[in-house]
Amino acid sequence: MTLALYVPGAGVVHRLPAAVKLLALVVLAVALFALPSVAAAGAALAGVVAVGLLVARLPVAVLARQARAVVWWLGALLAVHALTTDLRTGAHVALRLLTLVLAAAVVTATTRVSEMVRVVEALCTPLRLVGVRPARVGLAVAMALRFIPVLVERADRIRAAQAARGGSARGVRALRTTVAPLLVQVLQMAHDVSEALDARGADDDPSPRHRPQEAP
Amino acid sequence: MRFRRPGAAPAADDAADPARGIELRGVGHRYGERVVLDGIDLTLTEARVGVVGANGSGKSTLARLLNGLVVPTEGRVLVDGLDTRTQVRAVRRRVGFVFQDPDAQIVHPTVAEDVAYGLENQGVPPGERAARVAEVLARYGLAGHADHPAHLLSGGQKQLLAIAGVLVMRPARVVFDEPTTLLDLINARRVADVIAGLEQQVVVVTHQLDLLDGFDRVLVVDGGRVVEDAAPGPAVAAYRALMALR
Repeated sequence: MTLALYVPGAGVVHRLPAAVKLLALVVLAVALFALPSVAAAGAALAGVVAVGLLVARLPVAVLARQARAVVWWLGALLAVHALTTDLRTGAHVALRLLTLVLAAAVVTATTRVSEMVRVVEALCTPLRLVGVRPARVGLAVAMALRFIPVLVERADRIRAAQAARGGSARGVRALRTTVAPLLVQVLQMAHDVSEALDARGADDDPSPRHRPQEAP
Repeated sequence: MRFRRPGAAPAADDAADPARGIELRGVGHRYGERVVLDGIDLTLTEARVGVVGANGSGKSTLARLLNGLVVPTEGRVLVDGLDTRTQVRAVRRRVGFVFQDPDAQIVHPTVAEDVAYGLENQGVPPGERAARVAEVLARYGLAGHADHPAHLLSGGQKQLLAIAGVLVMRPARVVFDEPTTLLDLINARRVADVIAGLEQQVVVVTHQLDLLDGFDRVLVVDGGRVVEDAAPGPAVAAYRALMALR
């Protein structure tokens, strides 16, 4: 399982600030829904693909992987619209969705997680007024991305151990018997991780002027 | 017995006296009613200190006392004269800690970002941070993995990443809690070589007795007490004799 989609590079798209790329993504999303035209959606899709492949120089596989992940949704949207409205509307909706998915893939493939986290922290800055520490929010986001594959791996191990002893590896029963031991492991790991955070100075939490302004 | 090697410079702290090393004064610790450590009096100034003991003997709790992850319920732990109870941040800047399971220690999705984490906490400026991250990744053979997802590294690479994430903070002392337990022989040897090459004072809790070759001092912990405190040869012999009785 690969959640970290960043593809190293030094081109203009990679060098753009994360906030600019995220803002562009928002603008694109609004524009796609504001322009009620299949041609406009098609042009936007072509533009996104061109930026991803030609400007950011991302491998085709990066965009193809993201497109494959939503292909069933696209098919379902087309089918539903073919039955309830018309195929053209279905194509329009599917094009919008595919364009947004690929645009998001370009942003995540050209932006380090740490840069994204800094944007999240900046957005959370006003929450300081109610006692929220933006650095902690950013850390939580980074840790969520870090530990999802770890938890998937642990769940796989539990299922394999149960299957090795004749347990069911699939179905609702397998899900039920996986959740309890996984929860125990997650709690143990949460304790270990909190110790590791302490050991690495998580409580130091430097003032905003000392927060990093560029990627390592 | 050698004396402490000069370690990397820790964060400036006027109250610190590096000559004092790590001191445990009348230390005891209990979890609820269960006593895990009792009557510990030690001064650790040697460059290489090993800690061995059976599972549940209290050695990991002893290790956690050394950088303030655990504060003793009785007595005091002082690092360079700084009390872990009242000056824990200063202590943690001076004492790095490497855990047994690197998966619990790596907190960022990619390699370079994780190594940079401790430096961000210390408020190290971005330029210096990038240089230090690059330097430590190169030193431990991870330079080619800087932007790789941490969860895709091998077990040995993850442990090296965990070590890099600690050493980049330039602690004066490093505590390792069973750093090779989860590794195969090759990776265990790589980690042992890394430990052997460190300038810092090192305290290693381990079940792998050959890791203690060349150490200055080995403590045998049993039932929450230090029952042997000697050079590796006699200490390991005492530990083997103790285990043979079980």
